[in-house]
Amino acid sequence: MSTAYDQSDERLVEAGTPRAALGAFGRRIRSGDLGMAPVIIGLVVIWVIFFLQNDRFLSSRNLVNLSLDSATIGMISLGIVLVLLLGEIDLSVGSVSGVGGSIMAVLLVYQGWPLLAAILMALAVGVAIGLFYGLLFTQFGVPSFVITLAGLLAFLGVQLWVLGSRGTVNLPVDSWLIEFANFKFLSPLASYVLAVAIGLVYLVTRLRTIQRRRAANLSAPSFQGAVIRSAVMVAAMLFGAWYLNQDRGVGYMPLFWVAAIVTVDLILRKTRFGRSVFAVGGNEEASRRAGVAVNKVYITVFAACSTFAVLGGILAAGRLQSVAQSSGGTDTNLMAIAAAVIGGTSLFGGRGSAYAALFGMLVLQSITSGLNLIGVEAEVRYIVTGIVLLLAVTIDSLSRRARRSSGTA
Amino acid sequence: MNDGSQPILSLRGIDKRFGAVQALSDVSIDVRPGEVVALVGDNGAGKSTLVKIMSGVYQPDGGEITFDGRQVSINGPKAAQSLGIATVFQDLALCDNLDVVANLFLGHERTSAGVLDEVEMERHSWELLRQLSAKIPSVRIPIASLSGGQRQTVAIARSLVGEPKVVMLDEPTAALGVAQTAEVLNLVERLRSRGLGVVLISHNMADVQAVADRIYVLRLGRNGAEFEIGEVTTEQLVAAITGASDNVVAERAARDKTGATIAPEDIDPDAVLPDGHHAPGTGTTPDSDEERDA
Repeated sequence: MSTAYDQSDERLVEAGTPRAALGAFGRRIRSGDLGMAPVIIGLVVIWVIFFLQNDRFLSSRNLVNLSLDSATIGMISLGIVLVLLLGEIDLSVGSVSGVGGSIMAVLLVYQGWPLLAAILMALAVGVAIGLFYGLLFTQFGVPSFVITLAGLLAFLGVQLWVLGSRGTVNLPVDSWLIEFANFKFLSPLASYVLAVAIGLVYLVTRLRTIQRRRAANLSAPSFQGAVIRSAVMVAAMLFGAWYLNQDRGVGYMPLFWVAAIVTVDLILRKTRFGRSVFAVGGNEEASRRAGVAVNKVYITVFAACSTFAVLGGILAAGRLQSVAQSSGGTDTNLMAIAAAVIGGTSLFGGRGSAYAALFGMLVLQSITSGLNLIGVEAEVRYIVTGIVLLLAVTIDSLSRRARRSSGTA
Repeated sequence: MNDGSQPILSLRGIDKRFGAVQALSDVSIDVRPGEVVALVGDNGAGKSTLVKIMSGVYQPDGGEITFDGRQVSINGPKAAQSLGIATVFQDLALCDNLDVVANLFLGHERTSAGVLDEVEMERHSWELLRQLSAKIPSVRIPIASLSGGQRQTVAIARSLVGEPKVVMLDEPTAALGVAQTAEVLNLVERLRSRGLGVVLISHNMADVQAVADRIYVLRLGRNGAEFEIGEVTTEQLVAAITGASDNVVAERAARDKTGATIAPEDIDPDAVLPDGHHAPGTGTTPDSDEERDA
C-alpha cells in the first residue's frame, strides 16, 4: 500500500502507533490544549479526598443521589456551555428556570392543564425568551452580559408575578414528573442491555469510519484498537451500572440528562450547525465571510440555552415536588455557569465540549454532597466552590497563554 | 468557451464614490485565464476599493463588469463566489480554533445524510494541498499552530474549494518572511498554470515583477498605466505609481549610468521608495489602504 495522503509529509512527527499517540497527547497538554483532562483529574482527586474522609461518599446510595441531584442544574449548564462556545454568556438561566418551573406548575395545578401541555407551554416560553435575547443581541448589538443581567432581574419579577400570592405551588403527588425525577430507575437488565447496545453502536460507527478512511487512502487506526476501545467502554459502563444497581440503579432523569449531553455533543461535532458554532466562537468575522449565517447561529444558541434552562427548572420542580419563589435562585444561576466553566469550556469562546456540563456538574455536586456527609456548614461549601471555580478559570487563562506562547492561540 | 485570449473578467469604466471622495473613476481592467494581473498603486490609489467591487463587497456607481462573456452585476460576496470569483483577504479570515479541514470547508461543509463527511473533506483537502504542492504537516491540527506562510497557503487553498475561475489575492506576502514569500509566489505560479485568472494586489515591486504577466498601475482612482512584464523597469513602475520620474530610484539609476556618486544632500526625504514606502527618516509611514477605506 502506498503512503497514506496524510502521512506523506516528511516533517510529520506523529505516526499511528500507540506510543506516538501518547506523545502527541503529551505535546497537546504542554501546548495548552487541555481538553477535559483537568476536570477529570479534579473529579478523581475530589472523590478520593471525600472517600478518605467518609467511606460512605462512594457508596452506591450516595452516588445514585449524586446522579439525581446533578441532573437538574446540569441540564441548565448544558445550555451555558453552548453560549460560552460562542464567547457569550447568559446570566439569567436561574431566573428563566424559575419562570419555566412556575409556569408549568401554575398551569398544571391552578389552570388544570394536562402535565405534558403545561411542560410544552413552559418550554415554548423558554424558546421565546432565548429568541428575544438573540434578536436583541444580533439586531442592536447589546452585549449579552447586559441583556441577560436585565433578564435575570426581569424574569425573577415574572416568576413572582406568575406564582402570585400563592408563593409555593405543590405538584400533585401522583404526577409522573415527580415519579420521573425521583423514583424511576432502569431495571438492572435494561441498564446492562443499554450499556452493551451503546458499545456496539460505537464500535460499528468506528469500524465504518476506519473502513472509509482506508478506502480514501487516509491513515486509519487499526480495527483491533477500535474493538479494544469499545470493549473498555462497555466494561466501564457495565461496572458503573452494576455499582448503581446495588442501590436503586440508573435513574430516568440522570439518563435523560446524559442523553441530552450526548445529543448536543453529536450535534456540535458532527453537523454543519455545530461546526458553525465553533467557527463563530473562534472568529466571527471569518465565519461571516465564509458564508456562515452568523446571526442565525447566535439566535439559535440563545434560544437553546433558555430552553435548557426551562427544562432544568421543570426537572427541579419534579425533583423537589414543588415550585417556590426561591426556585432558580442565585445558587442555581451560579452553579450552572460555574459547572460549565469548571468542565473546561473556555470563557474566550470556540473551545469546549458538551461533556463540560457533565463533569463540571459532577465536580460541584460531589463537593456539596461530600461536605454534607462530613457535616460541614453551607459557608464552607460556598468558599470551596468559589475556590474550585477560580482554579478552573485560572487553568483556562493559563492554557490560553500556553497556546499563545506555543503559537497556537 | 474561453480559448485563453478572451478576458474571463473584464471591468469597463468603473466609477465609485464615497460621499465627496471619488475613489475610482473610469477604471478598466481585464483578467485572462492563466494570467497573473498585478494591481499596484500608492496608498489611496483605489486598489482595495477595486478589489472589493470585484468581490461584491461594494457596488460600483457606474461602469460594467463582464464575466466569461456575460455582463453581470456582483451584488454581494455570495454572488461573486457563485460566479467563480474567489478572494483571499489580507487578514486571511481563518478560524484559529478549527483545524485545516474545517477551515477549508467552512461554510461549504460536505455532508452525507445530514452528518459532516469528515473522510471526504479530509481526502479533498489533501488533494487541494497536493495540487498546490503545499507543505502542511497535518490537516488535523488547529490553524493556530501553523506558520504565516502555511496559513496563507490554507487561505489560498480555501479559495479553490468552490472551483473559481478568478482568484484575487490582497497583499498575500505583506506579513511574510523571505522563505514564506517565495512559497506563496510559487503558489501563485501554480494557480496560473491551472488556468486560473489571478489578480495580485501588492506593494512589493519585487514580488509583482517576479510573478505578474501584466501590471495595472492605479493612480488617484484612475488607470495610471498598463505594462507587460517584459517591457517595464522598476523605475518606470515607481514613476507611474508616484506620477513623477524625479525620485531617488530614477536618480540613482541615472547616476549609475553616468558613474556619479550619490551625495547625502541629493536624497529627497519625501521621495517614495519602490516598495511604496517613504524614505526612512521622514517619520511618516503611510497608512494602509484598509485604514483609509475604513
